[in-house]
Amino acid sequence: MTYVKTGLFYLAVVVIVVFSVFPFYYAIITSLKTGTALFSVTYLPKDVDFSNYVSVLTGRTFIRNLGNSVLIATTTVVFALFLAVTASYALARVRFRGRGLLLMCILAVSMFPQIAVLAGLFELIRFLGIYNTPFALILSYTIFTLPFTVWVLTTFMRDLPVEIEEAAIVDGASPWIIITKVFMPLLWPALVTTGLLAFIGAWNEFLFALTFTSSEVQRTVPVGIALLSGASQQEIPWGPIMAASVVVTVPLIIMVLIFQRKIVAGLTAGGVKG
Amino acid sequence: MTDSTASGRAGVQAAGPSLQQQRARAAFWFLAPMLAALFCVAAWPLGRSIWFSLTDTTLSDLYGGKFIGFDNYLNWRTLDSGKTIFRGTLVDPAWWNAVWNTARFSVVSVTLETVLGMLVALVLNAEFKGRGLVRAAILVPWAIPTIVSAKMWAWMLNDQYGIINDIMLNLGLISEKIAWTASTDTAMYAVLAVDVWKTTPFMALLCLAGLQTIPRDIYEAAKIDGVHPVKVFFKLTLPLVRPALMVAVIFRMLDALRIFDLIYVLTPNSSSTKTMSIISRENMIDFDKFAYGSAQSTLLFAILAIVVSAYIWLGKLDLGGEGSR
Repeated sequence: MTYVKTGLFYLAVVVIVVFSVFPFYYAIITSLKTGTALFSVTYLPKDVDFSNYVSVLTGRTFIRNLGNSVLIATTTVVFALFLAVTASYALARVRFRGRGLLLMCILAVSMFPQIAVLAGLFELIRFLGIYNTPFALILSYTIFTLPFTVWVLTTFMRDLPVEIEEAAIVDGASPWIIITKVFMPLLWPALVTTGLLAFIGAWNEFLFALTFTSSEVQRTVPVGIALLSGASQQEIPWGPIMAASVVVTVPLIIMVLIFQRKIVAGLTAGGVKG
Repeated sequence: MTDSTASGRAGVQAAGPSLQQQRARAAFWFLAPMLAALFCVAAWPLGRSIWFSLTDTTLSDLYGGKFIGFDNYLNWRTLDSGKTIFRGTLVDPAWWNAVWNTARFSVVSVTLETVLGMLVALVLNAEFKGRGLVRAAILVPWAIPTIVSAKMWAWMLNDQYGIINDIMLNLGLISEKIAWTASTDTAMYAVLAVDVWKTTPFMALLCLAGLQTIPRDIYEAAKIDGVHPVKVFFKLTLPLVRPALMVAVIFRMLDALRIFDLIYVLTPNSSSTKTMSIISRENMIDFDKFAYGSAQSTLLFAILAIVVSAYIWLGKLDLGGEGSR
């Protein structure tokens, strides 16, 4: 009986793992096929052919799109963290009237459907003359990275021991000194986690990137992949699309695996309070 | 704030009221830049979008629109023959089709993801060799960008060369190849499958975090008393993870209601999967009905606000975590 149970349990484990990993595995296999081999279904890699990768990486725009994505995601995250550290100190550590309301507003903004601000942001971006530039996306991504980082950092900061802060106050430290000299060293792990999650969010964003860019060279990677087209309308270049997908995904997967524990902690910090 | 902090704060306050004032003033300046940024990217654009929905603005002439009241939502005209013609989003069958698609997609996907996520979390909560590896594996779908997963699945679901058709034909589950993403009968299933694949890990991790807060000795006690495992789950585990689960579900629900990217890439132009976000952007940008699309996005915002408020109110959610701490 216990053997059956253990067997079933491990079967469940295997099913979970295969379901999770198979599509990515299949994308890798496909990306290594060219020509007619692409159109025969195989479950194991046969001939390894890197020509899809060569064609994607030497193509006109992919490297440029990759650069855009890195630049935009990094800038957005740094900007959001910079604003969020001081703000979350005030929200977590200082008691003032309307704090609860303010926290609720910030949470509400993080729940905004992006489409609801699309028209207004479009006007703002046109007005500022930054349409079809990276600045348009850096500005618009702030709407989801900033509330998220503030919210998560606030929950982290609440858990820092109050004695440290009291000692600093007794020593005459100003709030600014408390943040930069006392809390920052303790907050590094939280900053890494939040920054990473915000980075992934900005890296994967699609709606704004699709709407606020118009030329091929200004696109970010998700838009580049989504709109990658072949010689004709009917012909979808599956090989290069899969190669591009693998190139974009591998760094993310490596990051996620390295920071696995931190990511799980970050994801649950905002929500799960039991 | 926690009680310990409150008492600690009282001790600090004894040093003089000026300290508290000084801290409050510093807090204001610490918050100001963040609030200014949020105003620029959230409040102002939202207000402008709502304003646009009350005008006849077009994409090419953003400042040339006139105020036309609620005509984008509903307007009517009585013809000479005495017949009244209604127009606007609220009588647009395409809009109601999108509302129905969105509702259907959200309810089914969130339900499936919650149930499957819970099952995966229960598996991962057991002690076994290689648990870390499995947890890493289920993070893979979550880490893959939505656009990439949409493309990957579009290829796997391809009618001619897709591996899904191949597997199902070999297993005898289907008798002929199915155009999963193109056919109106199956497009929604395709979207649901990809969304469930991508988001179940997220739910599983949140459920797992909830499960791990439950002390093990409770289970020991139940085991000694000979309670059936299924009963343990429904009477013990589920009530204890309920608060965590409720929060996870509302976040997923919000994501599902505003879904855009997966459908845009996986099943473009399929009326059976067009959601509110898709149709709103289509009108706004592609069809040059900027104001009309804004009206639809405003309606989506209103629907989301109602759903969230109702959920928080009915579920007595404590999102801030302040009361429970």
